[in-house]
Amino acid sequence: AIMFTQVYGDNGKMKEYHYTGPVEHRFSPYSFNGGTVLAVAGEDFAIVASDTRLSEGYSIHSRDSPKCYKLTNTTVIGCSGFHGDCLTLTKIIDARLKMYKHSNNKSMTSGAIAAMLSTILYGRRFFPYYVYNIIGGLDEEGKGAVYSFDPVGSYQRDTYKAGGSASAMLQPLLDNQIGFKNMEGVQHLPLNQEKAVQLVKDVFISAAERDVYTGDALRICIVTKEGIKEETVPLRKD
Amino acid sequence: MALSNVVETPASGFNFENVCRNVALEGLLQGGQTKAPKPMKTGTTIAGVLCKNGVVLGADTRATSGEVVADKMCAKIHYISPNIYCCGAGTAADTEKTTDLLSSNLTIFSMNSGRNPRVVMAVNILQDMLFRYRGQIGASLILGGVDCTGNHLYKVGPYGSIDNVPYLAMGSGDLAALGILEDRFKADMEMEEAKELVRDAIHSGIMSDLGSGNNIDICVITKQGVDYIRPYQESEYKDKRQRRYKYRPGTTSILTEKIVPLELEVVQETVQRMDTA
Repeated sequence: AIMFTQVYGDNGKMKEYHYTGPVEHRFSPYSFNGGTVLAVAGEDFAIVASDTRLSEGYSIHSRDSPKCYKLTNTTVIGCSGFHGDCLTLTKIIDARLKMYKHSNNKSMTSGAIAAMLSTILYGRRFFPYYVYNIIGGLDEEGKGAVYSFDPVGSYQRDTYKAGGSASAMLQPLLDNQIGFKNMEGVQHLPLNQEKAVQLVKDVFISAAERDVYTGDALRICIVTKEGIKEETVPLRKD
Repeated sequence: MALSNVVETPASGFNFENVCRNVALEGLLQGGQTKAPKPMKTGTTIAGVLCKNGVVLGADTRATSGEVVADKMCAKIHYISPNIYCCGAGTAADTEKTTDLLSSNLTIFSMNSGRNPRVVMAVNILQDMLFRYRGQIGASLILGGVDCTGNHLYKVGPYGSIDNVPYLAMGSGDLAALGILEDRFKADMEMEEAKELVRDAIHSGIMSDLGSGNNIDICVITKQGVDYIRPYQESEYKDKRQRRYKYRPGTTSILTEKIVPLELEVVQETVQRMDTA
């Protein structure tokens, strides 16, 4: 099939020569390892959740590779995309957090980490980190905060955000259930922690049904002023 | 007497009208900045095993369109004739249409000759057609059937190649399934053992391959008849959601409402009695 699209030129007529000629095989420095990340900010809590499947092509590398990384007692980051860049980026962030703590004698706040991450990512504007980041944590006032990024560092503070391979499936569902979009005459009840956790679990179950790269298990990190609590829930493994 | 009305002989040479059309369409779409729709591939695991009294075919039930699951319960084991069934992997439309065409042609043959078609006949017709289209029809098929000459299992590739072997697997999960088959296949197995082997092979494809999943279908063909078990096994994962997501009537807002009365007058009225006896 590949041979024939190159035998026929753009105008539909057969090209003069029949063989494809020397083919240049490019080495791609990136690969896509799948995974979905989700963060929700509440009144006094934040939730960062990710699936734990690491895949490449149609194969599974690991069923137990969570994509949430704990940064400080009040901040968790979720990274999905190219696993090599996710690991390097989190190492760099950890090093920078230590440097800040040694220089300023205090931990970085969520807002500060977000601003720093933006500059780190833009520093690699012309050979980006292929990572979709979402930071979830508590801000200085103790309220939940979510910061979502693109691969080159553009970011904004949100109430909820989904990133990664199933993001296009999850984001509309969150818009409806948390943002009450496209609904008329529904009470805008503020989200409490228990309902938020249930919603996150349900939303990932749906993602695992229809996205092949999402599945195996769900790791939820709940950030409150008491600390960070982790919960693992099984998802479909096929 | 040659049954020349079964398969019409095509015009000489290869027919590439549609390839030219597709290339032209690609060009047009690129200019219009829309992408051509991606054909739905089944991204499958299918397997077949010859056993003592017949043939066992198995398949998963997931159809993918890129990375999204398009169908969670698609039927990949197609009916060809009362004694022949075919599993299809590759482009979903191609496997459907090719097997339908083959089934229709073989039905005509059965009516003309008064016999059940033989598996080799089905294989030859398929191979002929797929080779003629030079791989443009992306159908990888496993044909299994029982006829007067015995039990047969064949594999037909998209370019028209044939394989006649006692156990087979195809699709994106074929390597995972083949691992199980290579380990436990024995010649002349009992029917129940063969069913379990095929189930395990498909299960391994489902767990290891992202393009396969959901349930397992099994089709057992013997001289006595066919047992099409769909599903043979449902996936043990039951998605239990914690909240109910129901919307009350009136949740979707009505933005505008326009009522246009149709002015009709009765011109003629006739009554005709219907015989409902």
